[in-house]
Amino acid sequence: MRTRKSARAGQYLALLGYLVFLAFPFLWLISTAFKPPRELGSLHPTWIPKDPTLANFRQAFDEQPLLDAALNSLTAAVGAAVIAVLIATPMAYVMARHRTRLARAATGWVVVSQAFPFVLVIIPLFLVLKNLRLINSVPGLIMVYVVWALPFALWMLVGYVRAVPTELEEAAAVDGAGRLRTLVSITAPLLAPGIVATALFAFISAWNEFFFALVLLKTPEKQTIPVVLTHFIGAEGAADLGPLAAAAFLATLPSLVVFAVIQKRITGGMLAGAVKS
Amino acid sequence: MTSATVRKRSVKRSARGAPGGGRGGGGGARDRLVDHGAWFLVLPALIPILVLSVGPLLYGIALAFTDSQSGRTEPTQWIGTLNFQDLLHDTLFWDSFRIGLLWAVGVTVPQFLLALGLALLLNENLRFRWLARSLAIIPWAMPEVVVGIMWRLVYNPDAGILNETIRDLGLGDGRDWLSGLATALPAVIVVGVWAGMPQTTVALLAGLQNTPRELHEAAAMDGAGAWRRFRTVTWPALKPVALAITALNFIWNFNSFALVYVLTSGGPGGRTRLPMLFAYEEAFRYGQFGYAAAMGCVMVAVISVILALHLVGRLRGGEDA
Repeated sequence: MRTRKSARAGQYLALLGYLVFLAFPFLWLISTAFKPPRELGSLHPTWIPKDPTLANFRQAFDEQPLLDAALNSLTAAVGAAVIAVLIATPMAYVMARHRTRLARAATGWVVVSQAFPFVLVIIPLFLVLKNLRLINSVPGLIMVYVVWALPFALWMLVGYVRAVPTELEEAAAVDGAGRLRTLVSITAPLLAPGIVATALFAFISAWNEFFFALVLLKTPEKQTIPVVLTHFIGAEGAADLGPLAAAAFLATLPSLVVFAVIQKRITGGMLAGAVKS
Repeated sequence: MTSATVRKRSVKRSARGAPGGGRGGGGGARDRLVDHGAWFLVLPALIPILVLSVGPLLYGIALAFTDSQSGRTEPTQWIGTLNFQDLLHDTLFWDSFRIGLLWAVGVTVPQFLLALGLALLLNENLRFRWLARSLAIIPWAMPEVVVGIMWRLVYNPDAGILNETIRDLGLGDGRDWLSGLATALPAVIVVGVWAGMPQTTVALLAGLQNTPRELHEAAAMDGAGAWRRFRTVTWPALKPVALAITALNFIWNFNSFALVYVLTSGGPGGRTRLPMLFAYEEAFRYGQFGYAAAMGCVMVAVISVILALHLVGRLRGGEDA
């Protein structure tokens, strides 16, 4: 019994170590965001700001077009998430339910698309979008984000479709429901939480995306939040730490909030219930 | 269920089902290409995939055999394998490639080991597990650019918490981590490990919850110690997930861009210039599209070889299981 106790203590100690490692950079970011310049310049920085201030946030908005950038990011992320889910859900249904060559090819594409470096795709995309005059435009970015979100969306949605028992669909067919009717009134409601979760994941990845946005958006008023954030860092790597931290903190909030929302959405456990019964 | 479970589900399924392809227990499974109704369902996704993913990929491979440049007036010409021959003698590229491999291995291995430890802890019935789970997810929800910025603040030579802690502990004055020739790459690797831990932990946790509990209890009853139980019961069940997630991590890490772009932009003196950064500069700073595409091809080729080796290992693993 004693060894068990010491093992437990060891486990808690290890867990504490993990918590510190995972949390401290974020806490430091928050701390820096609220520090006045005098404290940021001091050689002995403290964890808790002595004179907490909101000046950094004001200055961040003055220095860079953060509001425009947030609006661009929001448009791109919502657009990409909605379109990706709209086109991925029917395809995922076919991939999960039909054992066809096309379904296999699509699954193959999902796997392979994880492996190719973006640089090999971005150059042709850049040339194509340039010909379509969709460089430096948010709609062009949305098109790229949709395709970029598809592998993961399909991956998730195929899983959710498989979790809907075919017995339910067969039972509906036996009761005389047509195929469309079965899809709309049996499968779709059971799939809804999965679709929402997938859309929110797509939203987060588009909100956070940097590389495509960096290449495709040229002028500051078109750029998304991650690209604008890098403008706070000067050419020599020198940065005004306070506003930088404040802007970075704000840019993270939407992603964190959406993550929290996903947690709640899933708690319903609608799918899990249907599978168990 | 938590958000962790969502991810878990997808990862679990992907690990089991995906590589084998459409093995879903389809009610209406037909062996035609697709039936009529299905075309209608598939096309909206298929067209963007072909136009914006498969097409550009093939176009990109073709570009590698041309002298395509940005903003040139003369027409682009086929130049055969000239780009690849140049690449062969481009020591800067191979330096960058070596750094890329070092980075990918240096991040993937500790990432896996740390995530495994955390997943095992989270699988225990500990208090504050919920807190640890939510914290473990935070790096995942953050934009990579913010992760980079955050660690710049940590590593900052004067106002950073790392040097301050070192000074407090009386271990000297600390240093400029990100611009030191010797410390830049390790410092960046630490950030890579930190940023990738959530996905790995959640995937492994899903795998752990798949392991048969009865088997665990039976082994404990037979007097098997913790290590033995891990080796004989947990690891065999976890192995497929572990292989899948390390493979994906390796690929993602090798192709990573934003973190290092923000942290060091490839400096000091190219010590952290990953292949992606190199190719990006070649394409969009110097406008050498053809040459950069050739670099992309080489990266794909190397990744494919590594992936193939990995798959062989995975099949072998399947035999003893």
